[in-house]
Amino acid sequence: MADNIQLNQEGKLKHFLTIEGLNKNLLTEILDIADSFIGMNDQQVKKVPLLRGKTIVNLFFENSTRTRTTFELAAKRLSADVLSMSISTSSTSKGESLLDTIRNLEAMFVDMFVVRHGISGAAHFIAQQTAPHISVINAGDGQHAHPTQAMLDMFTIRQIKKEFSNLRVAIIGDILHSRVARSQIQALNILGAAEIRVIAPKTLLPAHVESLGVNVSHSLNSGLKDIDVIMMLRLQKERMSSALLPSESEYFKCFGLTEEKLKIARPDAIVMHPGPINRGVEIDSKVADGPQSVILKQVSNGIAIRMAIMAMAMQKQSIT
Amino acid sequence: MSRIHIKQGRIIDPANKTNRIGCVYIADGKIISVTNEPAGFKPDTIINADKQIVCPGFIDLSTRLRQPGQSRKATFKSETVAAASSGVTTMCLQPDTSPVIDTPAVAELVKELAEKANYPQIYPIAALTRKLEGTELSSMLSLKQAGCIAVGNANQSVRNLLILRRAMEYAASHDLLVMFRPNDYWLGNNGCAHEGAVATRYGLPGIPEEAETIALAQCLELVELTGCRVHFGQLSCKRSVIKIHQAKKYGLNVSADVAIHQLHLTEKDIIPFDSNFHILPPLRTEADKQYLRQGLASGTINSICSDHQPHDIDAKLGAFPETEPGVSSLETLLPLMLKLVTQRAITLEQGIASLSENPARVLHIKSGALTVGFAADVCIFDPESEWQVNSDNWKSQGVNTPFWGQMLKGRVTRTLQAGKVIHCLEK
Amino acid sequence: MLEINDLLNKLEADLKHIIVERQLTNPLMIGIRTGGVWIAEQMHRRLNINEPLGLLDISFYRDDFSQIGVNPNVKPSQLPPNIEGRDIILIDDVFYTGRTIRAALNEIFDYGRPNQVVLAVLIERNGRQIPLCPDCAGASITLNSVQRIKLTGPDPLAIHLQTIDAAA
Repeated sequence: MADNIQLNQEGKLKHFLTIEGLNKNLLTEILDIADSFIGMNDQQVKKVPLLRGKTIVNLFFENSTRTRTTFELAAKRLSADVLSMSISTSSTSKGESLLDTIRNLEAMFVDMFVVRHGISGAAHFIAQQTAPHISVINAGDGQHAHPTQAMLDMFTIRQIKKEFSNLRVAIIGDILHSRVARSQIQALNILGAAEIRVIAPKTLLPAHVESLGVNVSHSLNSGLKDIDVIMMLRLQKERMSSALLPSESEYFKCFGLTEEKLKIARPDAIVMHPGPINRGVEIDSKVADGPQSVILKQVSNGIAIRMAIMAMAMQKQSIT
Repeated sequence: MSRIHIKQGRIIDPANKTNRIGCVYIADGKIISVTNEPAGFKPDTIINADKQIVCPGFIDLSTRLRQPGQSRKATFKSETVAAASSGVTTMCLQPDTSPVIDTPAVAELVKELAEKANYPQIYPIAALTRKLEGTELSSMLSLKQAGCIAVGNANQSVRNLLILRRAMEYAASHDLLVMFRPNDYWLGNNGCAHEGAVATRYGLPGIPEEAETIALAQCLELVELTGCRVHFGQLSCKRSVIKIHQAKKYGLNVSADVAIHQLHLTEKDIIPFDSNFHILPPLRTEADKQYLRQGLASGTINSICSDHQPHDIDAKLGAFPETEPGVSSLETLLPLMLKLVTQRAITLEQGIASLSENPARVLHIKSGALTVGFAADVCIFDPESEWQVNSDNWKSQGVNTPFWGQMLKGRVTRTLQAGKVIHCLEK
Repeated sequence: MLEINDLLNKLEADLKHIIVERQLTNPLMIGIRTGGVWIAEQMHRRLNINEPLGLLDISFYRDDFSQIGVNPNVKPSQLPPNIEGRDIILIDDVFYTGRTIRAALNEIFDYGRPNQVVLAVLIERNGRQIPLCPDCAGASITLNSVQRIKLTGPDPLAIHLQTIDAAA
């Protein structure tokens, strides 16, 4: 099963592939450990020797400077050796070359893969195929999951709102294609959020979306009432050409977060975005740079969360 | 030629409404008597069928043996052994081989390969359009004369309805059956799982039911227009069953089959990212599965096929959406049909009929029954025998089955094709 | 037997002696969490040191990380910005295997190169595994294999000698 593959025999984290299947205690432990790493940001010496001597390989089959840099920084702050590889997926027999790449790297005695790939299930495949002592961290696979992003979002929410049990959270945007949204919804449900609402036009909602544990709204006017946390999703340009939306300006009119629309939510509501932001498409600059936005906090939290997850996945390597 | 006496088995032959303990007598490759011993019959072989079921050999309406062209996955040699061990004595071969079965030369090659593998009863299905590209008609008459039993679109959508109309009209004019797998190109494209709760949760590109039901409805309209006889293959959802039922009630000359695994598995059974569950048409919901079962019980769907698609290991190695879809399913055909009986979805007679009498009727062949004078295609099986799906028991070159490692009940002990024993289970 | 005040008094006296002997100038006092900080607070007051007490958390420098994993309750260390060239008085409650001190030294040296480090502990006991030793101690004791010594605090500070149940 998907969840068991993530835990080793003692029930400790071995791979971090998806939020699904992890319990509240484990997620809370990740948040607590990240908390202890946050303090380091203010220190002169931003390094700890926890993963000294370990080799971490960032395998990025999809371009992402932002996520790759945070993983690199996180690994370096744990004193690990880091290797970053950007691999184009133009090879014909994708399955084979993926496996060959892994095998070649294993032969160089690495300890961890951080994988980002354009196809759902790629991280699971690698975790199933890789040598038993290697841990795999999913940095985003297709439309399936982006669990480290979800965890840094939960961490940011906890920093400001303290408790999840009375929170109403709205996730706005292209839920259909979003691995971030799927992981966020799973995390919020496990941590016990009071309500999760997805707000999007019908074309951007996946089938049976309610089965994920959410309420559905098709407008900001009704959807944002009583909301404590607003999580924006990025709108990709390809959506216009696949007949999912007529235009960016029409999207902005209905679903763009402006100062006006923000007022519908609670006055102390926070605005989040995984980045990069499309100003004027999903969010107005005034909101993105405004007092309720915690977008930059998310970025700095990203390093501590990834440090926590990598440190936890590397521990208790019982080689049987 | 060999005279065979099959002794004291339970004979279940739905076509002749037989269900009783008795004997079957075979000579010169044909059935010469059922129950009544012919005078002076001296058998060369006696097969003791005590506590076993004796029924017509199974006719599989959709199989792929991967030759010509894809012998990395499987060969006629390996898959006919698998078929024989599954009680299958007649197979229809889907046209998406390499090259496609769209010329008499390829059809004759198929017959040659079948002869070489000592399994002559393989009927190629000719391609409906040249190269299965959906733009030009194939030489259907020549293909029929070269031994093709029907024409079909394999799993390639026919995008242009005018072409589909013409192909059906042309097939009708040569009295050819069209075996049609309904799938709309645009609605069903790029998906790898049923567009539902499970695909949503795992971020898998989905295929809505409408991809099948809309293509099915379009083709049904063309059946009326063209007068073509159509058999719809491998239906997967409730609304397809309803449309077939309505069409038959209306008087259209259509029939339909379902792949055996669709009667047992749903989207909920998909083990996340296990490519053995990457199947097309996709595993749908519990409601669809129940309706498919009811459709089979009521006769709306009259046949079960294996939809056998063996694969090499590499084809199934990769992230789920990138793997090739398909199940190696010949060898689980019988036990899974028996499971439907134990679960009271259908009777044993219905189950055997769906694998013998009914497919024979669809194909207009004198087979699927233990009728005196018919070729002696016989399957003898032990319905109580339990066995595990593992490499000791598996004959197909493709091990891609979601049932790997499971214990199944029901095993073929002997298979006869035209009076020749092509499979005998060692004790 | 082990009276906490006696130990503190002896430690204070020894430290005052060492400060003179080793010519420590403007020493930075650092306590190791958690017990070492309690002792260091006492010494910090008794020696009238102005500069705030440094606090060291060695969780991330432990050498048994791969066995016990990451501790979720770590508070960050608090040290002043300039370690370079400083005289340091490092204080812990119990010196046992020596691994805690090794970790502490590793962490301190990651911050900068001190001029010298003086190690003061409340109790030194047998069981060394690393070739390190305190410069002064409130008491030196020998325990057998089923005995443990533990400090509780911060108020009141108390020493507990425990016998481990072999059957437990």
